[in-house]
Amino acid sequence: MAQFITLRLLHTILILFGVSVVTFGLIHLIPGNPLDILLPPEAPKEVVERLKVEFGFDKPLYLQYFAWLGRVVRGNLGTSVFTGLPVTGELFSALGNTLCLAVPAALVGFSLGTTFGTLAAFNYGRALDKLFSIITILGLSMPHYWLAIVLVIVLAVLWPILPAVGMGSGGGLPTSWEDARFLILPVVTLSMIPMGVIGRMVRSTVLEILSQEFPTALQAKGLRRRRIVWHVLKNAAPPAMAVMGLQLGYLLGGSILVETVFNWPGSGQFMNLAIFRRDIPVLQGTVLVLASFFVLINLAVDVAQALIDPRIRR
Amino acid sequence: MTEISLVDPALVPEVAAGLEPRGYWQGVGERLLRDRVTLAVAAVLAVIILLAVFAPWVATHDPLQGSVLRRLKPVGTPGYFLGTDETGRDIWSRLVYGARLSLICGITPVLFATMIGGALGLIAGISGRFVNMAVMRVVDVFYAFPSVLLAIAICGVIGAGIGNTILSLSVVFTPPIVRITESLTTQVKNRDFVEAARASAAPLLSIIRHQIVPNVLGGMLVYATSLVSISIILSAGLSFLGLGVTPPNPEWGLMLNALRQAIFVNPIVAALPGVAIVITSLCFNLLSDGLRSAMDIKLPA
Amino acid sequence: MSTTDFLAAAPAAANDRGGAKQPLLIVRELKKYFSAKTRFLSLRADQVQAVDGVSFSIAKGSTLGVVGESGCGKSTTARLLLHLIEPDAGEIIFDGEAVGASDGISVRDLRLAAQMVFQDSYSSLNPRATIGDIIAFGPRAAKGVASRVATQRAENLLEQVGLRASLFARRYPHELSGGQRQRVNIARALALEPRLLILDEAVSALDKSVEAQILNLLSDLRDDLGLTYLFISHDLNVVRHVSDRVVVMYLGRIVEAGDVGEIFRRPLHPYTQALLRAMPSMDPDHRTSEPPLTGDPPNPINPPSGCRFRTRCVFAEAVCARVSPVLAAAKSAIGGSEDGNDPLRPSRFSSGGDRADREHQVACHMMVTGSGHSRAGAGAFGHD
Repeated sequence: MAQFITLRLLHTILILFGVSVVTFGLIHLIPGNPLDILLPPEAPKEVVERLKVEFGFDKPLYLQYFAWLGRVVRGNLGTSVFTGLPVTGELFSALGNTLCLAVPAALVGFSLGTTFGTLAAFNYGRALDKLFSIITILGLSMPHYWLAIVLVIVLAVLWPILPAVGMGSGGGLPTSWEDARFLILPVVTLSMIPMGVIGRMVRSTVLEILSQEFPTALQAKGLRRRRIVWHVLKNAAPPAMAVMGLQLGYLLGGSILVETVFNWPGSGQFMNLAIFRRDIPVLQGTVLVLASFFVLINLAVDVAQALIDPRIRR
Repeated sequence: MTEISLVDPALVPEVAAGLEPRGYWQGVGERLLRDRVTLAVAAVLAVIILLAVFAPWVATHDPLQGSVLRRLKPVGTPGYFLGTDETGRDIWSRLVYGARLSLICGITPVLFATMIGGALGLIAGISGRFVNMAVMRVVDVFYAFPSVLLAIAICGVIGAGIGNTILSLSVVFTPPIVRITESLTTQVKNRDFVEAARASAAPLLSIIRHQIVPNVLGGMLVYATSLVSISIILSAGLSFLGLGVTPPNPEWGLMLNALRQAIFVNPIVAALPGVAIVITSLCFNLLSDGLRSAMDIKLPA
Repeated sequence: MSTTDFLAAAPAAANDRGGAKQPLLIVRELKKYFSAKTRFLSLRADQVQAVDGVSFSIAKGSTLGVVGESGCGKSTTARLLLHLIEPDAGEIIFDGEAVGASDGISVRDLRLAAQMVFQDSYSSLNPRATIGDIIAFGPRAAKGVASRVATQRAENLLEQVGLRASLFARRYPHELSGGQRQRVNIARALALEPRLLILDEAVSALDKSVEAQILNLLSDLRDDLGLTYLFISHDLNVVRHVSDRVVVMYLGRIVEAGDVGEIFRRPLHPYTQALLRAMPSMDPDHRTSEPPLTGDPPNPINPPSGCRFRTRCVFAEAVCARVSPVLAAAKSAIGGSEDGNDPLRPSRFSSGGDRADREHQVACHMMVTGSGHSRAGAGAFGHD
């Protein structure tokens, strides 16, 4: 087990390294001199030269990379070109807001998805199965930004019971029902796709397990329905968990669309603004942090999988 | 040991003369034709594609021509039966022209990704440990980015426009295809008939072409079709953010964004482009499902 | 399958280079070790000694049977012979020419002369190809035979294995029964006109009646085409039926080798004796009451030192753990005849043949005088 974790850790470090390289390389994809982006074109030459040295743009690429990496590891993600504030602080507070959405959405989506998927599998071929299958596949095929709009139309415009935009005065974590109302629509919207993906995945995995012989053997042994379901779910858990990890990452990274609709000041909107203002340090920092989060989540999922399924550990 | 008389196997009843041999793809085709849901879906998709191709004939107005007088007319307005958008352009015409862009942005990246990713996956699957590890680790790094994030980051950096959108999405979709192709190739590679082919001193390319590729293609097709549905949503999402297709081009995601302000005035019209996205994406999803069911023959033990 | 003595020599193959006396295949000290997953941070890799110093030879036109339990290395040996797996050590000499040597035969040419028939598993035939294409693939791809010629040849082969070409050539593997698929396997192997056919559990997956048909087919083909067979099986009855010589393997080593009659009438190695006792008797007066062999085969990773069978051998002693027994000719037994004839299968080679090829060899300390085993030198001990 320890061997497995160690190997996995090494692998993760390698991947994080790769992620940093890709993120760093991202700005060099921009046509033109990075400096031109940071400064207005009329800037005097001495200013340009001075900034060049200050940012290190005159040094070869790999040295720039290591300098940047050194700063990052120490927590310095650079300074926003637009606001002049350090990226790290703003990013993490924005990230906090996103997590207020992503975590509940994940919980809702996963639990609904698992329930629907399991119920569908155990009622294979019958009406309930078809109903759940329709729900899950709709959840998958729906652009969530559109669903957001529809929900806003239905629940905030046509029948105004929920606020259309904004985060509420509480700032993220709801401290009252008033604030919580702001959460409802975004969370529901975000949970749809995970629900769809998990639902289908659980359904097909459970069906596969049921087609094996051991559930029949359990039944012949006289086990009650509930216990059989528990055993089946335990077997279905590892692949489902892997997908859940992926979905959590998707929620973190893909929240940008929903945040735009609801004007929710999360990391997604943060990044959106950065793109439009060509605020490269912010963009780099956000992508790096979100991707790293994703990698770490996957590591956690792998370890959890190995804990449950002894075959993976080897 | 006594003599065992040899029974003429040609007389075995299950191979009665006259039964046409049924290959794998013929079986798949037959099963697909029996699957009513998939047939319906295929029909809907065909309609959408035809509408897109014949847009100039099907549209009722110029999709780029608007008029302030006709802003945000509701559904059912004579002459503009699906209403008009915020600058007075006919929704139906824009939807129909938008189908072109959305389909192109949906299918093309997957096509590129399948070609490049498929080749890479094949190579990784066939090669020895080092090449395999090298390719798969690089893929892992790209996998470390959630796909939406990666698409947005790339487009954010290289700029908007339909070409950049296709490029960005191709990059996003290549790693998953590499992974699935590699996995399929490795499975097929270890089967007995491939070993028999190796034992026959056949050149590697022949083996890849005749033994490996035909057995990998099915799985890839199913996966690629499901990716198209994601690609349509993602490309529309990029346009929604202003990173994909640029205005005034009619594209469904772009339309959704532009009509956002209109939800208070004319909610139904504002939601229409999304309906188009949902229907198209759903069709590709169901098609992918139908293909998978048709291909999943439980071979007799 | 004829029961009469077959005295006429098999027709010489067109490309017989070594002559009738030259064994078609000589294998010397073949070794293959696999590294099991290394423990992280440890320097020593666990090794599976799949094949550890295997030597034998096959005379032209004969059938060599290889028996042993699962995991004894039979299938690995087969794949080593065709270089489907690279040997770690040892030589393979095909018709007098060393494989892979600069002055010998290349691996590619070896593959054109030696083919394998696989066990009928579901994946032994390409599910996406027609039967005709499956058989024609080898000649087309490896020898560049023109497509139409290859198809014609495939159809001829189908007829030869007992399947009517007009019915089967355009069919797909999933439309065939197990016996039919196995015939296709054989036809595919024959398509490249090999001289040596390695049959790796070729009949193990078939029903008994079908198995008999396939065995008869194989026998006829051998005589008609002048083939030589290496027949691998765990089923002793089948091996006895088809082989001229038999080799018994245990955990990667050969423990006994000899003419089929010798082995079955007078097995010398305790493992062989146990295997034979394990065959259920058809005589109700002689029922098997005790299991002849106890325990499971030991772990092929890091096998027992010295004689590998000692952990299950009733006669094991200290010397067995210290020294590995060497495969060597057994002294002639008391009262045994030299020709090793099995009354059920008079050998085709009873008249002449090189003495060394027909030796009864065994790897056991009990059979070697002066080995240090208490039972050594007592001569061949009888069976119970």
